[in-house]
Amino acid sequence: MIIACPFCGPRDLSEFTYCGDADNLAARPDPAATDQAAWNAYVYDRTNPAGEHAEIWQHSGGCRKFLRVVRSTVTHEIESAEMVGPKA
Amino acid sequence: MAEPFISTPVITDAAESPLVGHYEQGTFGNLDRGAQVTLTERFPLAICDVFAWTGSETKSANAIKRATKLALTKTRDAVSEDAQAFRHAPGRWTVIAIDPALPETLTTAVGDNATVVDLSHGRTVLRIDGGQSRRVLSKLFPIDFKSDCFPLEKGIATKHHEIFAQIQRVGDDAFDIIVFRSYARAFWHALRRSSEEVGYAVE
Repeated sequence: MIIACPFCGPRDLSEFTYCGDADNLAARPDPAATDQAAWNAYVYDRTNPAGEHAEIWQHSGGCRKFLRVVRSTVTHEIESAEMVGPKA
Repeated sequence: MAEPFISTPVITDAAESPLVGHYEQGTFGNLDRGAQVTLTERFPLAICDVFAWTGSETKSANAIKRATKLALTKTRDAVSEDAQAFRHAPGRWTVIAIDPALPETLTTAVGDNATVVDLSHGRTVLRIDGGQSRRVLSKLFPIDFKSDCFPLEKGIATKHHEIFAQIQRVGDDAFDIIVFRSYARAFWHALRRSSEEVGYAVE
């Protein structure tokens, strides 16, 4: 799989680190919370869609920026990759 | 403006290459067509990372240009005989120079627009030059080294087997590879092994 980093250009998957579901970020419990059920749901419960999926990837072996990547989980085809966070 | 923190400049008299004992000059490998690549360690050098504060990217690039006299812009990497610089992330540059006063010169030049980290003690620069350099590098990095994809003076950040590395094209067939000093010896052996197929010289 090749991800087109907006800064570096198309790069091999081995340069990237997966950082989770982009649409699940708001669902994270308060980091100070100890609610087991809430953390279990956040960490393990996945919708696991067959098709389009938005994900956060870090280009850890490149510009080190975080990207929001929309990818098909069926074909691995990447629809978009955008920088997120400061200096996006 | 607060007094800038300036680290101790490189003490070139005391500095020692991480390849000491592993840097054997000569020609090696398959020499049927002669040595088709040349490997060298560029040592000692001053190596800095410049990280611009948000909104100060252009001012920082201009400051690097002033400090190094490189034809650098916010989006254009540059190489000269004495120095080289490339943008490896938005607002971040790796700057390399022969002059050991580089960290001090850069810190003064960028002022409040960026931070400068002296990496001279933490990075090693290896150069590969020769007609088969792209063939050798292609074994080591998942990068397209063709001229149109990797133009002259361009620098990039990538990985070699999960270890961070940077590469800048410094000549028609010449590339500088910047690796962690602690990784330099292992990478040097990998580079030599990869070059055996085409024959190589160590200068």
